[in-house]
Amino acid sequence: MHEMGIAQQMISIALEAIPKDLPDPRVEQMNLRVGRLAAVVEDSLRFCFEIISKDTCLEGAKLVIETVPVKARCRRCHHEWEVEDVVFTCPSCERGEIEVLSGRELEVASLELAD
Amino acid sequence: MEINIQKRVLEANESMADKNRRLFREKGVFVLNMMSSPGSGKTETLCKTLQRLMPEVATGVIVGDICTRNDADRLEATGAAVVQINTDEFGGDCHLAAHLIEKSALTMDLEALDLLIVENIGNLVCPAEFDIGENAKAVVLSVTEGEDKPLKYPLMFQVADIAILNKIDLLPYLDFNAAEAVDNMKKVHPGLPVFELSAKTQEGMEPWVAWLRDSVAKKG
Repeated sequence: MHEMGIAQQMISIALEAIPKDLPDPRVEQMNLRVGRLAAVVEDSLRFCFEIISKDTCLEGAKLVIETVPVKARCRRCHHEWEVEDVVFTCPSCERGEIEVLSGRELEVASLELAD
Repeated sequence: MEINIQKRVLEANESMADKNRRLFREKGVFVLNMMSSPGSGKTETLCKTLQRLMPEVATGVIVGDICTRNDADRLEATGAAVVQINTDEFGGDCHLAAHLIEKSALTMDLEALDLLIVENIGNLVCPAEFDIGENAKAVVLSVTEGEDKPLKYPLMFQVADIAILNKIDLLPYLDFNAAEAVDNMKKVHPGLPVFELSAKTQEGMEPWVAWLRDSVAKKG
């Protein structure tokens, strides 16, 4: 439900990253990394991005989203695994003291500009 | 041409949250972010909690809703310092972001407070994503919701430090399986402390209030 705010932040991060001395820059693609645990609805984000990028150099840019899997590590037996369902118990020692290593990302990775 | 960025989208909120955290630490106030779906009984739980805590523990509440100040009126009756945020003015947001918390907190006499509770907007999704500079996060689930809510909204139960299962007075009238609900919470977050209580009848209130008192005392 906060995808519009996220799309706004994405655009300002992009605009800040584009060198100021670049004449008439046009962004062809934005690469994002979104963890599976992040509270973001992809369709909604694409829709918001399309609307809010209008009249900026990101208008019409392709949004490429890399989904980051949820990975966890057990603090007791140090087993590392990918959490497929939402059960956060160590499958190796069946204990519960775990550390989430990835899956909450929400990052602008890079931009691809037209030459 | 490719520009490498690698920047977190919520970085602005995160640095604001860190700023809040520094402010709260400096003022010696323990901050609890309370979250749940709408209608789980956050406000009623807080009212009953404040009746037990006040005036020994000087408490302030920041309460977020899209519209109305109904919750603030109920909470003010307990004698707590209350600030209502209506996100309608800020675009009908689904969560309280760190900058809104700063704005409200600065209107309060933080020096005089031991505890600041933020009653977030009723929503099991978005508030989980936004750090506000709190010391702990609590999630409230009520027995009129489903046992599988923790599995449907894993992030909320993952990030919570404690959980409350509210409205247990209704259990005899429902098919709700409390043990299964608690089990689901612990699947998503092993070791999560769960307080089963009824804000209405006040059954089970004391362990939760004791946890709060203890957290405030530890904070010094």
